[in-house]
Amino acid sequence: MLLDRALRSGVVALGLTLAATASHAASSDSTPVKGGRLDLVVQPEPPGLMIGIITNGPSLMVGGSIYEGLLRYTTDLKPEPSLAKSWEISKDGLTYTFHLQPDVKFSDGKPMTAEDVVFTMDKFLTTTKPKWREVMRHVASVTAPDDNTVVFKMKEPYGPFIRSLSYNVAPIVPEHIYKGTDFLKNPANDRPVGTGPFMLKEWKKGSYIELDRNPYYWKKGHPYLDQVVYHVIPDAASRATAFQTGTVKVLPGGSVENFDIPRLAKGKGVCLSEKGWEYNAPLSFMWLNNREKPLSNPKVRQAIMYALNRKLMLKVLWNGYGKVASGPITSTIPFFDKVDPQYSYNPKKAKELLKEAGYDGKPLRLLPLPYGETWQRWAEVVKQNLKAVGMPVEIESTDVAGWNQKTSQWDYDIAFTYLYENGDPAIGVARNYISSQIQKGNPFNNVEGYSNPKVDKLFSDAAVAADPKDRQKLYTEVQKTLQADVPVAWLLELSFPTLYDCNIHNLIETANGVGNSLGDTWIAK
Amino acid sequence: MSEFWKAYCRNRGAVVGLVILAVVLILSIVAPFWFPGSPWDMVQMPFLPPFQEGDAILGTDTLGRDIASGLAHGAYVSLLVGFVSTLVSLAIGIPIGAAAGYFGGWVDDILSRITEFFQVIPAFAFAIVLVAIFQPSITSIIVAIAVVSWPPVARLLRGEVMSLKHREFIEAAALSGQSGFTIIWRQILPNTISPVIVLSSMMVATAILTESALDFMGLGDPNIMSWGYIIGAGRTVLQQAWWISFFPGVAILLTVLAFNLIGEGLNDALNPRLSKRRD
Repeated sequence: MLLDRALRSGVVALGLTLAATASHAASSDSTPVKGGRLDLVVQPEPPGLMIGIITNGPSLMVGGSIYEGLLRYTTDLKPEPSLAKSWEISKDGLTYTFHLQPDVKFSDGKPMTAEDVVFTMDKFLTTTKPKWREVMRHVASVTAPDDNTVVFKMKEPYGPFIRSLSYNVAPIVPEHIYKGTDFLKNPANDRPVGTGPFMLKEWKKGSYIELDRNPYYWKKGHPYLDQVVYHVIPDAASRATAFQTGTVKVLPGGSVENFDIPRLAKGKGVCLSEKGWEYNAPLSFMWLNNREKPLSNPKVRQAIMYALNRKLMLKVLWNGYGKVASGPITSTIPFFDKVDPQYSYNPKKAKELLKEAGYDGKPLRLLPLPYGETWQRWAEVVKQNLKAVGMPVEIESTDVAGWNQKTSQWDYDIAFTYLYENGDPAIGVARNYISSQIQKGNPFNNVEGYSNPKVDKLFSDAAVAADPKDRQKLYTEVQKTLQADVPVAWLLELSFPTLYDCNIHNLIETANGVGNSLGDTWIAK
Repeated sequence: MSEFWKAYCRNRGAVVGLVILAVVLILSIVAPFWFPGSPWDMVQMPFLPPFQEGDAILGTDTLGRDIASGLAHGAYVSLLVGFVSTLVSLAIGIPIGAAAGYFGGWVDDILSRITEFFQVIPAFAFAIVLVAIFQPSITSIIVAIAVVSWPPVARLLRGEVMSLKHREFIEAAALSGQSGFTIIWRQILPNTISPVIVLSSMMVATAILTESALDFMGLGDPNIMSWGYIIGAGRTVLQQAWWISFFPGVAILLTVLAFNLIGEGLNDALNPRLSKRRD
């Protein structure tokens, strides 16, 4: 498996070098070239581009070129300057001071100042985004001492704060357009105005979204591209064909079926990157309904972990892209620690554990995730794995609405899901394991019904510990406890590789991928 | 009987159809012995092309499951769905058509309107809706196919009964005091049996096609390996692995063809006047 991955990245690296040598003739590889148009696929068509309000994946991918946050994050989740040029955090972790870039303008030519930031953080996002309200619970005040400085005073130290200021969580919106209006009904939502490198030119519904460069963009010399066009192509096979014929030059992660990726990656001058998912860090796992027999018994849950051949799933279903999950926190997220117990494929041990637990062979229901081919096949593999250790499973058929309904109403035995971890365990991980998140009606909280006071305390202490070293200790303990208890069956850290024309450079510069990087992107002639 | 058989065998195609059907039937019976494992087991490396050395003669699918095993186990599902759903739709269509044709008047009006109501909805779209509502399972698929395919039976029966009911032997039966239901059951139905048999052999073929199409669209029973499922699962990788969709496709083609040929042969055998004219 390792060899496989090494080989593959070797091939990709080779591809990159070849492409680089080819383009040397025309222009130097390291000097960005101005001009050109970038054609991408967006799948599915976003419902809107005002990402201060609409936050689904496709909206964020397009909106990330129109709006910016105070910070952005490198692929190892270190904060780096975006609209904030620099920042200081006081020793006690209670005061954050941000110094803004000078002379920033919105795409309508009006200046952006610290007042816009305060308005966005304090008024706008607290109204429109539940996720941001959650962050603001820890914030005592946001103020603008002068036009270029913003100060956050915290109620208590809150480590995740520094990773909550990206464009997708907190995009800066113009006060002069939104102040005193109904944010959700403002007509400007259809003509988004942001500080980002590009601005909306035309959106032909069902066909394409065209962005032009923002003439007022603050970063000198950027963006390099004149135009960015996102094509809407509803059928996966047609998207693959569009890429092969050169109509689109970039297939962002998840836009073609997994089976198609190795075939397309073999094309001439095609590059592949697994980067750009470090912030979201999608982790796939199966909810195990802890409330009912036999899954209420930790031994049965451990047996399931041993019964699953996750290496094979990674290889066969995901073409080796991704990683076998070691526990509740994905390896790209801060405070990840690879601790024991780990569960490797061991059907014999699984059978022993089931015997010890006195499992009577009662058939269980398995709810697949209705997101297409790969997930359906995945459920079939799990069914065979569990059957092999003597656990009969019936696959239920479902659509997205049915899946939401059944998981949020706890009407399942085993159910597939995958969730984003959003840059910090306090934001994306705790919600799935703490008792206060056991609430019917939400398919993304503690759906499995696991309740352990020790885990609750560790998570709540870790969220507000000022020193990252203390946080690490607490999270290591959490991982040990959860991995021993197996509240859910962790499957894989997912990877959605991006395929692109090798002449395109700096396509993925941040932990948020294509959505947050196009200001730096250029195309070699 | 031997006369019937002779008439049937005069149609070469019909004999071929019968042979194919026999092969499929035998396949579905011996499948559990020939491929003792589950067709869902991953037995080989994925994307293994057909006619290579090793066990998977017809190759493997995207997960390394043996296609030959899937085909053998799927034969049973296709035949089961075909026959059972046809029986169910005959059970719906025959009484409705017979009653409408025999009693006429307002009974005919009501029953004919109901039949037309079902007939004007495009059958496949209707089947999709039914399966989606009742959750895909083998039972719901059979019911859905039966519900969309009985109207032709009812119409056929109605026409046959109407043409028969003024014949002397029916009038004689009526004069002898037999009730309407007895007349339909004893006198009329036995005389309509041949066109119904011909029609139902075609219906089995259509049912198999519909089941495959439903499965192809992902509306099959997720716990049952069928031909349509294999094709649907292989569709996205058609460019890399043609064999996944090809072999079950051929199986469906041959089976459906067999039923059509048999239907034609039965038609020739049961309507001797018609077949003689053709000679």
